[in-house]
Amino acid sequence: MNRDAPLVLGIETSCDETGVGIVRGTTLLANAIASSMEEHARYGGVVPEVAARAHLEALGPTIRAALAEASVTLDDLDAVAVTSGPGLAGALMVGVGAAKALSLSLEVPIYAVNHLVGHVGADLLGDDEPLATPTVALLVSGGHTSLLLVRDLDSDVELLGETIDDAAGEAFDKVARLLGLPYPGGPEIDRAAVGGDPDAIRFPRGLTRANDLERHRYDFSFSGLKTAVARWVEQREASGEPVPLADVAASFREAVVDVLVDKAIAACADLGVPRLLLGGGVVANRRLREVAEARADAAGIALRIPPLSLCTDNGAMIAALGARLIMAGHEPSGLGFGADSTLPVTDIQM
Amino acid sequence: MLLAIDTSTGTSVAVVDRDGGVLAEVGTDDTMRHAEVVGGFIRDALAEAGVRPHALSGVVSGMGPGPFTGLRVGIAAARAFALGIARPVVPVVSHDAVAWAWYTAGGAGTLQVVTDARRRESAVSEYDGLDADGLPVRATGPALAPRDAVAPPRGIRLDATRVPAGALGMIAELAFAAGRLPVCADEPLYLRAPDVTLSTPKRVSR
Ligand SMILES: [Zn+2]
Repeated sequence: MNRDAPLVLGIETSCDETGVGIVRGTTLLANAIASSMEEHARYGGVVPEVAARAHLEALGPTIRAALAEASVTLDDLDAVAVTSGPGLAGALMVGVGAAKALSLSLEVPIYAVNHLVGHVGADLLGDDEPLATPTVALLVSGGHTSLLLVRDLDSDVELLGETIDDAAGEAFDKVARLLGLPYPGGPEIDRAAVGGDPDAIRFPRGLTRANDLERHRYDFSFSGLKTAVARWVEQREASGEPVPLADVAASFREAVVDVLVDKAIAACADLGVPRLLLGGGVVANRRLREVAEARADAAGIALRIPPLSLCTDNGAMIAALGARLIMAGHEPSGLGFGADSTLPVTDIQM
Repeated sequence: MLLAIDTSTGTSVAVVDRDGGVLAEVGTDDTMRHAEVVGGFIRDALAEAGVRPHALSGVVSGMGPGPFTGLRVGIAAARAFALGIARPVVPVVSHDAVAWAWYTAGGAGTLQVVTDARRRESAVSEYDGLDADGLPVRATGPALAPRDAVAPPRGIRLDATRVPAGALGMIAELAFAAGRLPVCADEPLYLRAPDVTLSTPKRVSR
């Protein structure tokens, strides 16, 4: 196997995106994605069985699309990488079954990797300076909200904190729903917030009080915020006053962004790590990027944000992490791994 | 030569040959660990048969009926393996393999095949023997029925806990020889619409 710049195909099926990426070492060759998001829209969130059925149908065509995009053939591959967790178990299993069979059919090794660490691995594919470590990583999506300390991408990743209830993206979906906006909520809230005053309503910032900070310094909570928005809107409606949608959307979004960025910056300061990496689909939220840039700048922290197409769930980040493991000399995974819906970030490879 | 994979009940993987019959078959009745075992079984079946992937001319996939999550693992594996060797997938109804194995082992008359469909339901198919090409004649099904209200069999009732991939593969060989492929659609036999319970993303434990 080529260990200097291995050609790796990565398969990602942990949620509702069927992602297949191909990399050569740290060079991105293809990032093909099929999403079942539209099928979930009418339910207002990701339906696991619908997602898993869609993965089975999309996987073959998405692999073919990635090969065409990369102008390589399956026989050129040095290895296959796959997300084995965390994520939706039934969805993960489709990718795991396919990846094992693909690696056996091609007689190449398989690397089963951690989805969250994969989000950090996406940064390896950038054109700029290589990822410097240690770095703090803030990963925000509809399925996860996690703060990691990455000392070494292929051998030492620690979970600093995570959401204790809803993921941030989920909070956007739920608040969008209670404001009568469609799914997915992130872009809808963004649209509704245009022209709104982010300071119009002071919604609560979860787990930021002194007594919470003792136990949950780097953890997040968004369910109280969602309830606060619901109560505020109800009271407005009960009093017969119009609901200022733009102000509510902007103030809610500000509360989410504020606590995400504050805790990430605090982690950097506490740990003496002047680097912060953002990942996950919620990075598509411009306000999050703006606030992160401003506060990182003020704190002298170098902020890295991979291209948005590599922030949302994708197979290229999984291929990139697989290639990194190969280049660092790690042995392939055995064939006995399964899907682990709660795989901890410390398990970079299974 | 064909590789055959079925995860509609437990997991079964076989390598078959039209002339040599079932060259290797490995499996388990465990209905919870399809994703864990499918890779090792494919590797072992190929090794036991002494066959390299590119010597295969296709991959047979058991399309169910079966509980969704496990069923998909085998179909995903069969499709990916076929893609890897650039050979076709041959979809076969999983119950057909149970019937074929029973008839070729000397069974005669009408056979009712019953497998667990979870949620107090069974998947049921009925067969009227083998035809001139040696393929099982499915009279009805597969269809779902309440577990305690499966129609009385016209002949023998067979409750299957494993679908033998060797039989699945032999059906494909016989159908190919008789020019009768495809024998079923390349679609999983879920027999049930998806639940629309929303996901509650699990937290990553420390
Ligand atoms: Zn993700």
